[in-house]
Amino acid sequence: MSDAKTRMIARAARDIATGMVVNLGIGLPTQVVGHLAADFPVCLHTENGLTGIGPALPPEKADRNLIDAGGAYVSTLPGSAFFDSATSFALVRSGRLDLTMLGAFEVAENGDLANWKIPGKFSPGVGGGMEMAQKARRVAVLTTHTDRAGNPKLLTRCTLPLTASACVTRIFTDMAVIDVTPGGFALRELAQGVTVAQVQAATGAALHVPEGDIPEF
Amino acid sequence: MRLPDKTTKMEQAVAAIPDGAAVMLGGFGVPGTPFLLIQELVRQGKRDLTVIKNDANETGMGVDHLLVAGCVSRLITTHLGLNANAIKQMNDATIAVEFCAQGILAERIRAGGAGLRGILTDIGMDTELGAGKPRVTLDGQAWMVETALRADVALLHAAAADTFGNLRYAATARNFNPLMAMAADTVIVEAEQIVAPGALAPDDIHTPGPFVDHVVHIPELTQEYAVVRR
Repeated sequence: MSDAKTRMIARAARDIATGMVVNLGIGLPTQVVGHLAADFPVCLHTENGLTGIGPALPPEKADRNLIDAGGAYVSTLPGSAFFDSATSFALVRSGRLDLTMLGAFEVAENGDLANWKIPGKFSPGVGGGMEMAQKARRVAVLTTHTDRAGNPKLLTRCTLPLTASACVTRIFTDMAVIDVTPGGFALRELAQGVTVAQVQAATGAALHVPEGDIPEF
Repeated sequence: MRLPDKTTKMEQAVAAIPDGAAVMLGGFGVPGTPFLLIQELVRQGKRDLTVIKNDANETGMGVDHLLVAGCVSRLITTHLGLNANAIKQMNDATIAVEFCAQGILAERIRAGGAGLRGILTDIGMDTELGAGKPRVTLDGQAWMVETALRADVALLHAAAADTFGNLRYAATARNFNPLMAMAADTVIVEAEQIVAPGALAPDDIHTPGPFVDHVVHIPELTQEYAVVRR
């Protein structure tokens, strides 16, 4: 993984506050857990029915009945709980999920998120993503700033089918930390060695840049 | 008094499932999937099944055997991205696929099990999963109707059952199993361990026996149940 991606993931981990209940989506977001201190007080939730996710385990140490929603073998912690799928999403929809971090194909300047379907190419179903995006108290996105072809993923409007509308409040990319505000995308932090002009050029919407120094990560 | 004995031979329990049945399958990935009951559906050559399951497993496992054997005409699921056969059959229109948000699938099943006809939700209302579903206004807010789901048969996997059908699931193998146990006309459970009534403490039971019709002992687990090495 590139150094910029690793710093993006480490930066995202710093937004997880003490005491939160957090769901980390499949892919890059799952790796955020590697940047939390072993004694950090947080409760990780996985939608297949576990709160208090413990460290991932290699196959030879794994319990065949204990996975996260991405199919990785995980463990429990003192205080973990198992439950059925209805209970799991009751937790999400009732506002008990403080934060979710999700991947994205596209994010719009009003916070719309598209991350589950590319018509004609990729249509695996939405899993639990729709409820996570629509109902978590705070929705952050972790994504590369552009797709593999170099096209911007942060846009004026999403072109792909939505996962949920107006749900994303913060985006961590390999170039910047950007907030979704009532006025659109606002630059908060820059990755080391990246300029404001480079971020603007890689963003498919207006970018509000604050005056003065911009913190680096 | 004593509680009735529901232990059954797998072949006999599955034989009563007709072609064209709607079949709920427990499981999320490997944990909680009734792999041996699924194999028995394939062996008995069932046809035209509507399968309701969280996911389509991976190629070479579980639901995939049903798809490859041509047993399925319709799949109601939340995600099938790990199964190339499922994606191909969906794209070729060999099977009809209905996608549902995961927690809403759980609630539709729970509602079906609780004698309700549907639920009201705002999940996915402004996405393509909400297209065409009836709307209701309550207290000035718009809600979407999601219909309840029931099935002719639910096939479940339990870590332990007593002979009356009281069930315990292991770790994240619980998932959809206790919900589906309530939502089918006939409930068939494969259990890794079968014990006498009373051996499971009343406070430790996840699904009460009256929901269960048949308990099938699976003395040996096949490779499908094992840790997946990716």
